[in-house]
Amino acid sequence: MRKLFGAFLALAMAASLLTVPAKAADVKVGFICLHDENSTYDLNFINGAKEACEQLGVEAVIRTNVPEGQECYEAAADLAEAGCVAVFADSFGHEDYMIQAAKEYPDVQFCHSTGTKAHTENLENYHNAFASIYEGRFLAGVAAGMKLNEMIEAGTITEDQAKVGYVGAFTYAEVVSGYTSFFLGMRHVCPSVNMEVTFTGSWYDETAEKEGANKLMDDGCVLISQHADSMGAPTACETRGVPDVSYNGSTQAACPNTFIVSSRIDWAPYYVYAISAAMNGEAIDTDWTGTLATGSVVLTDINEDVAAAGTVEKVEEVKAALEAGELHVFDTAAFTVEGAALDSYLADVDTDPAYEADTEVISDGYFHESEFRSAPYFDLQIDGITLLDTAF
Amino acid sequence: MNNTSNTPLIHISKKKELPWYASWGIRLVAILAAIVLCAIVTMVLTGDNPGQVFSTMLYGAFGTRRKRWVLAQETSLLLCVSLALTPAFRMRFWNLGGEGQILAGGLACAACMILLGNKIPNAALIAVMTVASIGAGAVWALIPAICKAKWNTNETLFTLMMNYVATQLVAYFSIIWEVPKGAGQIGIINQSTESGWLPQVGPHKYFLNVLIVLILTVVMAVYMKYSKHGYEVLVVGESENTARYVGISVKKVIIRTLLLSGAICGLAGLLLVGGTHHTITTTVAGGRGFTAVMVAWLAKFNPFAMIASSLLLTFFSQGANEISTVFGLNHSFGDILTGIVLFFIIGSEFFIQYKIHFRKKSAVSESGKEA
Repeated sequence: MRKLFGAFLALAMAASLLTVPAKAADVKVGFICLHDENSTYDLNFINGAKEACEQLGVEAVIRTNVPEGQECYEAAADLAEAGCVAVFADSFGHEDYMIQAAKEYPDVQFCHSTGTKAHTENLENYHNAFASIYEGRFLAGVAAGMKLNEMIEAGTITEDQAKVGYVGAFTYAEVVSGYTSFFLGMRHVCPSVNMEVTFTGSWYDETAEKEGANKLMDDGCVLISQHADSMGAPTACETRGVPDVSYNGSTQAACPNTFIVSSRIDWAPYYVYAISAAMNGEAIDTDWTGTLATGSVVLTDINEDVAAAGTVEKVEEVKAALEAGELHVFDTAAFTVEGAALDSYLADVDTDPAYEADTEVISDGYFHESEFRSAPYFDLQIDGITLLDTAF
Repeated sequence: MNNTSNTPLIHISKKKELPWYASWGIRLVAILAAIVLCAIVTMVLTGDNPGQVFSTMLYGAFGTRRKRWVLAQETSLLLCVSLALTPAFRMRFWNLGGEGQILAGGLACAACMILLGNKIPNAALIAVMTVASIGAGAVWALIPAICKAKWNTNETLFTLMMNYVATQLVAYFSIIWEVPKGAGQIGIINQSTESGWLPQVGPHKYFLNVLIVLILTVVMAVYMKYSKHGYEVLVVGESENTARYVGISVKKVIIRTLLLSGAICGLAGLLLVGGTHHTITTTVAGGRGFTAVMVAWLAKFNPFAMIASSLLLTFFSQGANEISTVFGLNHSFGDILTGIVLFFIIGSEFFIQYKIHFRKKSAVSESGKEA
């Protein structure tokens, strides 16, 4: 064994001589992903990374299957030492380890999508990013509401039967913000809608998501949407012929008879912005929130075989109103909590173990989502939405 | 008379003990053959230059100072779990519950860090964490051990089931202690105060873990080879009846050995949670409880040989990481290469222990003459 070990060491030394970085002049950018291309969530990031790097002519170094532990720190440190000007990570649980790496490598920019701590960490080289995906969800909700209206008009269901099901991952603000904006989008066009939400306790659990969707359909839900990353809910809908609004990207290929539309975040605009800034030595925003205008919040093509007539036009109309600022997703006139409209709410914007509410987020008649930090913090339980289980 | 049909084409017999150079020669040939096959597979599947792939693997494991420290740290954690399994396996108690025992230790450690962090002096906190982790790991192994000793339950299934229980417990507490609300994960504990983090000793933050496991290796080697306990473990493993006959209490030895096995897994949990990750997740054990089984078997339960076998496996996993990054290959490709190498190494043990006789041509022709 000792001989073997010696041989390894000798080879290792030889190898370290051989593998001096060959293309030192090229700019490299590192990406850390929780899973690989098989997860729709990570695929969405990887596509964005490749697109942005191609556009800027820089080299993307992508590290997949990095768990949310010390491995993330090691991966980030590896990428920093390999000469990357910026390192991006895609999963919420990567954040603390990215911060650890950012403290150790002050000359490299560390950007973390979906994180919440950049604005309280005060590190010059650590940044959070997200997008106003609640606007995308709202638009997807409009498309879903149009479908409900069509079903009511056709007599398939009555107004009171306009019940929609939603498969969520955790009772986390990002999910709450997502399903609430989707619901408000539906109610914008279909006033009688109500919604049931179930949680799976995992961001990716195909079986649990499928079971969740089936449970909701058994419960009388006539349309399904989701905030979890597998094909579980869409395929359950396709099997039973129930219309579906998916997330992270189109599921039309697998579900041609039920897919209506999907909203997703396009990360390429952020990557282009942050990488260019890192290359030019300019400061990157501590919290960057992509919008409809930056091209970060996008809807897939609407599947006209399933969607109601006139959906495309209606969605365009609402989108224009949102962009013009005439319409706000979380307008306090559009929802109530325990029967009353809100004129004030303290949200937990600064992350702490005690979940302390710290920031007033309602002013000018609407809830200001993703303005005090990029990651969502809307965690109100509004009337019209029933949570079936809140264990997670 | 025609005896050709009675002579089998291949006949296998047990070899005499080979001299060390012959057995190591066979192993070396096996590794070389594995490398050649890996090279062919690489070229056929990816079209990449296998030489480059191998040098990238070496770079991934040894390329920089930090990579060498990561290698040392990962090797020691795997070694720690292998050391934990060794006494149980020597006793032929198939403890497949390493994963759960690590998680139990890690969960106890995290609980102390969360509940007592910043409330009591750091030295006291680390002492409490140590006792709690080792205790929790020991209890997790004690439960199947008692059932085995009292009712002769199947320890393989029992320890496996205890893994699932531990995983679910960690999942449960991840929700109780989640930050922020609803996120379902704990994140780094006491990141600003570093309360309850094992201190940096020596030249690198991973040095303490490496040092503790090295000391443990020596202690375990001495315990197994020179102590009365170690001898009793061997006797119980060889034959329970013999053990009873010479007056060894089999129940006592089973329970004592499993307490030790679980305690060391608990220690691994402490090193993982208090020393490196500073959080607890369901995946923190990272399959080490199972990989360690292979490490221990490859080394034939010799603690010093386990240093080499755990290094070998860690080398492949670090190398596979680097390959998947540099060549943009899926992570699974590294696993394929590791699988090929392990297949050859384990296969070579067959050729060290057994001899293959082929039916001799001359014998056939001779019998032909007779007929």
